[in-house]
This record gives sequence, C-alpha cells and structure tokens, in this order.
Amino acid sequence: MKNDIILLGHGSGGKLSHQLLDELIIPILSQVAQSEQNDAAVLEGITSSRIAFTTDSYVVDPIFFPGGNIGDLAVNGTVNDLAMSGARPLALSVGLILEEGLKFSELREILTAMKAAADKARVKIVTGDTKVVPRGKGDKIFINTSGVGVFDHDLKPAGNAAKRGDKVLINGSIGDHGMAVLASREGLDLQSEIVSDSAPLNALVAKLLAEYGAAIHVLRDPTRGGVATTLKEIALQSGVDICLNETTLPVNATVAGACAILGLDPLFVANEGKLLVLVAAEVADAVLVTMQGCEFGEQAAIIGEVTDVSGGRVMMRTAIGGLRAIEMLAGEQLPRIC
Amino acid sequence: MKYSSEYRDPQLAKALVAAIARNVEGFDGQMTLMEVCGTHTMSIYQHGIRSLLPTQVRLISGPGCPVCVTPITYVDQAVAYARRPATIVATFGDMIRVPGSTSNLLREKAKGADVRIVYSPLDAVAIAEKNPDTAVVFLGVGFETTAPTIGGSLLEVERRGLSNFFVLCAHKTMPAPMIALTSDPELKVDGYICPAHVSAVIGSDAYRPLAEQYGIPCVVTGFEPVDMLRGIQLLVKQVVAGEARVECEYSRIVKPQGNLKAQTILARVFEPCDAEWRGIGSIPASGLQLRAEYQKFNALSALPVEVEEAKEHRGCLCGEILKGKVTPKQCPLFREACTPEHPIGACMVSSEGTCSAEYKYGG
Repeated sequence: MKNDIILLGHGSGGKLSHQLLDELIIPILSQVAQSEQNDAAVLEGITSSRIAFTTDSYVVDPIFFPGGNIGDLAVNGTVNDLAMSGARPLALSVGLILEEGLKFSELREILTAMKAAADKARVKIVTGDTKVVPRGKGDKIFINTSGVGVFDHDLKPAGNAAKRGDKVLINGSIGDHGMAVLASREGLDLQSEIVSDSAPLNALVAKLLAEYGAAIHVLRDPTRGGVATTLKEIALQSGVDICLNETTLPVNATVAGACAILGLDPLFVANEGKLLVLVAAEVADAVLVTMQGCEFGEQAAIIGEVTDVSGGRVMMRTAIGGLRAIEMLAGEQLPRIC
Repeated sequence: MKYSSEYRDPQLAKALVAAIARNVEGFDGQMTLMEVCGTHTMSIYQHGIRSLLPTQVRLISGPGCPVCVTPITYVDQAVAYARRPATIVATFGDMIRVPGSTSNLLREKAKGADVRIVYSPLDAVAIAEKNPDTAVVFLGVGFETTAPTIGGSLLEVERRGLSNFFVLCAHKTMPAPMIALTSDPELKVDGYICPAHVSAVIGSDAYRPLAEQYGIPCVVTGFEPVDMLRGIQLLVKQVVAGEARVECEYSRIVKPQGNLKAQTILARVFEPCDAEWRGIGSIPASGLQLRAEYQKFNALSALPVEVEEAKEHRGCLCGEILKGKVTPKQCPLFREACTPEHPIGACMVSSEGTCSAEYKYGG
C-alpha cells in the first residue's frame, strides 16, 4: 500500500477503507474468503446447550511492551475470560479503533500478534470492525474483542462456589504484566527485563476441568486489581474468608524489586496470563502437579486456603508470622495496563 | 535480594517478637510508641507487626507522611497552577489525588490541565527542557529525603540555563514536629521510631535533643520487618528501664552525622522557615524555603496565580490522626464518606497515609 500511516479516509467506508481491510487486516486476521464476507459471521455446528459470551476493550499504554503488544493482549484477555467460565473459546470479533497517524508497520505488527495469539489459543477471528478517529482523539489504537465459547461439560465453576477448606492455587508469578507495562512506559532501567505474562489459559483450564471436574470450584484470572482484588471479590461472592500465605506467593525477584522502588504491592498489580483456582482440599496437591506439568503452569503454587464461611474477608499470614487484611485495589495503582 | 531477605528472616523475627514479650513481662501499664515515617506505617501494616506485639505495646502513627501534612492551601495553589494556561504541573503521584478546597489535580487533569506524574525532579527538568515555551511547576513536597534531590535539580536547571522551571516549595523538616508533639499535654508518646530515609540525611544525632531534653527514647529503624521489630525491641527496653537515649538500629545506612553531601546541597539551596503542618499548625523553623539567590525558581513569586479561599472538610479528623490522638477507625468519615476512591482527608489519599494503610491492611 502506498500510505504508511492511517489516514482519516481509512475509516470513511470508501475506497481507502476497503484497501485497508483487503490488503492489511483481512489477509492477516481472517480465514474467511472474500465471497463469504457478510454483515455477520455464521457459526456452524454449535450443539452445546450453554454458550459463554464476553467482551473486553484494550487501551494499554504503551501499545508495545516486553512480552507482547496490545494485539495479543486483546486476544488472550478475551480467551481467558471465556476459559474462566469453564467454556471452550470458539470465535472472536475484533473492533479496531485507530488514531489518524498510526503507522501501518505498527498496525501490521499488532495484527500479526493477534493472529498468532488466536492460533495459539485455537480460536478463530470471525468478524470485526474498523474505525478511524482524528489525531489526538485516541491513543494510536484501541481494540475491542468479544468472544463466544461453548461448554463441553455441565460444570459451572464460578466466583460464588468457594467452600470452606478449599485450597487457593495460582499458575505462576504475580504482577509481571503490570510491571512490564509500567517499566516500559517509565523507562525504568532494571537489571533484568520484566516480561508480561500475557498468555492464553484455555488449554490449562480444559485439562483441569477434564481431570478434576466438579472439584474445581472457582476459576478467575486476576487481571486489573491483581490477585488481592480478585480474591476479595471471590470472598465476597462466596461469603467466605480466605487466608493467603505470603511465603508461598510466587513473585519474580525483579518484579518485587521494581514494586519496592515504586511503592507498589505486587498483590495489586495486574496479570494477563494468570489464573486463580480454588479447589477441594483433597485434590489440591494433585491439581498442583497437573498445573506444573502444563504450559503456563510450571511455577504453580498453593498460596492459601478458604478458612471460614462467615466473613468475606481476605487475610495474609505474613512471612514473619503476622496477620494482615487484604482489601480490593482502591483507585488506580497503574493507569492503563490492559 | 539477599541483602533484603536477611531482614525478612522469619526465625529472626520470631526471636525478636519473643524478646519483646520478655522485655515487657512485669511492665505495668501500656506504652505508646510513635512512628513518624509513612513508609514505617506501611511496613507495620504490611507485615502485620501489630498482631505480633504484646498488648502493653501500642503503635501509633505520627506526622510522617509528606502528603498528609501538606496544608490544603498548598493543594489549592497547585490546582491554580494546573488551571494556568501554558503550564505543566509535574508531581510525585500521590499529590494528584489530594483534595483541595473545591478540586484536585486529577480532576483538573481530566478537564484538560497538563499534570504529569514523575518519579524524580530531574524528569520534570527534562519536561521543562522539551517544552521551552511552557512553564513547568514542580510540586516540592517532602522531608529531608526529597529536598536534596530537588535542590540538586535546581542546580541542574541553572547549569542547563533553563528559565521555565519552577518549584512550588513546601518542604518540611524533622525532628521539629516530634518536639512539638512532645509538648502537647493531650498526647503521651513513650518512644519514637525515628524515620529511616530522613535520618540517612540528617543523621541520628539530630534526635539527641528529644532524648536529652525531653526524656523520650528514640530509635532510628529501617523498613524491613526485622529492622522494625529490632527497633521496637530497643525502644521497649529503654521505656521499661526508664532510660532515654538515641539508638540507631539502621546503622548500615544511617550515620550519627548523616549525609554531609546532601546536607551541603540543602544548605546551599534552602534555608529554614516556619511551616504550616496540616492538623498541627505552624511550627517554627520546621520548613525549607528557597534562598534569595534561588527565588527565581519560586513558583509563587515568579508565576503569580489567584488561589481560591481554603475550605477544610468538616468532620475530617486528619489533623488529630496526624498527631496520633485518634486512630482512623475513630473518625466518623472513615470507610463511610472517606474511602481511597473518594478521599476526603490527605491521610486517606497518600499511599503512606495512616488511613490508607488502615483501610488497605487493617481489616
């Protein structure tokens, strides 16, 4: 294409729009032949009695960060939202809001990352939309992804299903995504680079549900607000108390160091490739071993347990044996991390 | 991380907790120890230190959070600069949510003001260099820990020949408020956990008047849990023995005479002045103002703005909380009208504020 940046005309619906779609977006993202491109995607062969449907918008700044970019983040985020309901992600829509002046090379890199992420998660991008806003009215690119998933089982893991005695597991180190974005944006000169954990978790979830079924009570991805906020939500939804053990909480040393410098608590920092699993105590050790054997689960750990059924409280047993409360993130710890 | 992990050793911590319990055995009554550093406040909450102490030992928080002790008039001045055309307000993050009389910097930013969060005054200098036609007003708050970096940044501004960088100066110094609080008949502090970073600059000798003239034990302490417990143990021992000395638990960083280089920068750029402390009032010679030769960087004189009349929120007990007279839970606004999302007082805004810590970790 002749132009190397997005122009307002690329959102006009006219010739430039068609060029953008036909020459850049569709060749990268879509497997649908031009003759089959209609106003809506038709999903064939869904026989499940329940489907999951979700949507999320991505406005991360900066749009490129160590470990990913806004494109794969947008795919992984929606795939994970579907997976946390227990569904098998099937198809995604992509809404692109482009700012006048965005470089084609950047858009191409983002689209390529989206395609790679969709392939990795085994989902199809089946429909989409592109709009262009004048320079200064957006921030390079915003992406909305919606997703549909189907249930291959009748399990219903949910935030209100935690039970007394349940163990709390996480699939790896916390705070990596939020700190990768912050370090990248602020140009923090750290000894070793912090890399976002952005990843699709549907395969890991599918394996856990297939092997442990109804013993998997809660699945949640601790994105904005971090592990602390997500666990507090689960405690309130289920009406239980949760106690975390600080010594078993996996935190990458560089993330811990960066958090210390900036006065942040990794418990409140966003993750994009992590899930919290609350499971019946009797299967917890086996679930841990299964998770550790899966991609994106190698560093899994048991980080706490449901201690009571009365309060909706989350507490932390600190490394020195003290006890403190954990509340939801108040305000914004890090602006625009997803 | 090894260096810090040693100061988080659970076995060492347990031994110190046991030692504190032994120290207070047979002690009749209760002792009140005050920390005057926001990072200490957070450390106490974050590591659950209160839950490990015997009931005779009570920890209260004092005026150690620089954002919390900044008067509302200062926030109103910052808001006025945010509203000023062709002006960038550069600030450490905590300040942007502190409520002024009718607005705050976050709200002004949402309305279009150019307010930028920086992690170092030198970042603000870089902003000034990149925007030569715009006035950059840096919000100079904080104790002796931050003041030298701001003094250093002004020397850098001079070196680079910039004429668009200004400081809205509200620096405060220790240990003046600690002495002021000891003179308050309503407050009984039995010992001070002296600030770590501030002490690294001013030196542990700075607290000798407190111990020698006012008879209050002082221990300079680091932030790690083992540091905190060791500092508390040293204080408890002094209180039980009826002694009053300055001890330094944090000698790996803090020297008796402090950091002479930082003190030199402070003395070159600033001079002492009376300062208004939110909730406490004016304390003689407890602040820093720019010396005459650096007045050209003083935002207030170089860039006059109209500032609204200050109005404190009725019912907010930040002042009493900063003096350690009431705890956050005793404030009628706490968790009700005043939350981190909608803070009314500065103690709830700052990440180092007592109310913020109580809200976040207090359960």
